[in-house]
Amino acid sequence: MDKKLEIIVQALQDTFGVTFEEFRGEVHVFVKVENIIEALTLLRDKYDFELLSALTAIDFWPQTSPRFHVIYQLTSLARNLSLQLRVVLEDGEPHIPTATGVYEVANWRERELRDMFGIVPDGHPDLRILLLPEGWEDKHPLRKEFPLGYEEVQFTFNVDEINARKHFAKD
Amino acid sequence: MSQLQEVSVDKFKHLVSERALTGETMLLNMGPQHPSTHGVLRLLLELDGETIINCIPDIGYLHTGIEKNIEAKTYLKAEVMSDRLDYMNNLGNNLAYCMAVEKLVDLDVPERAQTLRVILAELERINSHLVWLGSFGLDLAAMSVFLYCFREREMILDIKELIGGQRMMTTYIRPGGLWRDVPVEFETAVRNFLKIMPKRIDEYEALMTKNPVFLDRLVGIGILEPAVALQYGVTGPMLRASGVNWDLRKVRPYMGYEQYDFHVPVRSEGDTYARYIVRIEEMRESLKIIEQALDKLPLGPVRSDNRKFVPPPRSELGVSMEALIHHFKLWTEGFPAPDGSVYQAVESPRGELGVLLAGDGGAKPRRCHWRTPSFDNLSVLPKIVKGHLVADLVAILAAVDIVLGDIDR
Repeated sequence: MDKKLEIIVQALQDTFGVTFEEFRGEVHVFVKVENIIEALTLLRDKYDFELLSALTAIDFWPQTSPRFHVIYQLTSLARNLSLQLRVVLEDGEPHIPTATGVYEVANWRERELRDMFGIVPDGHPDLRILLLPEGWEDKHPLRKEFPLGYEEVQFTFNVDEINARKHFAKD
Repeated sequence: MSQLQEVSVDKFKHLVSERALTGETMLLNMGPQHPSTHGVLRLLLELDGETIINCIPDIGYLHTGIEKNIEAKTYLKAEVMSDRLDYMNNLGNNLAYCMAVEKLVDLDVPERAQTLRVILAELERINSHLVWLGSFGLDLAAMSVFLYCFREREMILDIKELIGGQRMMTTYIRPGGLWRDVPVEFETAVRNFLKIMPKRIDEYEALMTKNPVFLDRLVGIGILEPAVALQYGVTGPMLRASGVNWDLRKVRPYMGYEQYDFHVPVRSEGDTYARYIVRIEEMRESLKIIEQALDKLPLGPVRSDNRKFVPPPRSELGVSMEALIHHFKLWTEGFPAPDGSVYQAVESPRGELGVLLAGDGGAKPRRCHWRTPSFDNLSVLPKIVKGHLVADLVAILAAVDIVLGDIDR
């Protein structure tokens, strides 16, 4: 690990008792869900991680405990460093505290997270559907149990029959 | 789900001002079929006369589930999806994806392939900027710029056709190198382009840079402060136009970018005009990089000979049993990648294009997330258009350079 990064990870360990892993030269720090906002604030204010490059999740289904890793990919322009924070979530109705207060970019990224994984950011200022169609609820396409669908070919004789069971066909 | 839903104002009450609820200001839809929104983007505007009070972007019209589709394909086959994301930067997307796969399975790329990748990525950057410049001019009612830009873009598309047989979705860059070596005509075609292009850029500048109408509409419009830009995750030319010198090619060189002598154009004004200047300068810098790369282009193989991950060349299939087995195994079953995740970012024409690729020990990725620059660059739009006129919104939106395929994925 990079010397500069080692100091930061050490500081996180002292403050929040985090664990970390290394893979292909990247550092993934596992933070408890209740500490994540404090950790992000600390990294932004004290260690110059000005940019939240990516915010997404990985689904480990069929494994249910833990089921999700929420990923915060941080970039420091001043120090030219990258650090990945991860929050581990259980199956069920996962919740994370919103990071919009720390990074504005989290606004859309968390809406996307809610659409795609059903991970609800608590305290989000504007939790409308972002990428999916209006009225799409309770189904989260990037969860592993959501089947990858396909478009049925419609002919004159079965166009009505397929329309009847197709999402949004008549809208 | 069977009927059109009536959308009540309650849904976005918290986003508009009090005056909209009493009917004092007007709510107006711009898009999704508006010609200046560059695809299918809907902007809900709250207007007081012609002044924008609030702007609420609505995206998702082009959501195609590419991330989900990639999870159902092997690493080699999933790559065709990447071209379709940002359809102005096909080879750049290939590059990001391939670098992520190479990082995940720890694969080396030969020197010649790296240099060719740089040439192609820079050609693609010019291609993307030309489309941007053309449509930018079009949005500002300068029709001729569009025609000029597409004339030069045609040369790049011809080069792509020459190497990959396709004009846009070539999938030419593959994990471990390239699909195949470039044909002998490639160098002449690129040299010819390098000879013509600088004069053509001068031509565009003559048309636009000091044009008074153009200056009136751009200078001081849509100012973005650097701190706000970073808060909203803005990257690429937009960030550099706000005075932040951050280019991944320079600060975290990949594919041997450290060998090339180029500078990163930065402007401190942060307005729409600065974004225009930065992109024009970037085209010139890209030409420099292409020329240097072409001069030093080494000979040698263009793909890794690690047969566990890279399919053998076609010519070996007829004479080698092992090659045939590897070919068969790699294209049917695929190769297993370790259980872990990598994040690989490259500098696309629009900003930081990142691929988060997670393997699960099998032949298909567990997750492939695309951190697309247009997505975050668009999210700052409501912040920078407030108080401007609708006509300025068109100019600001054009200078953000969004690609909806990149946003909606």
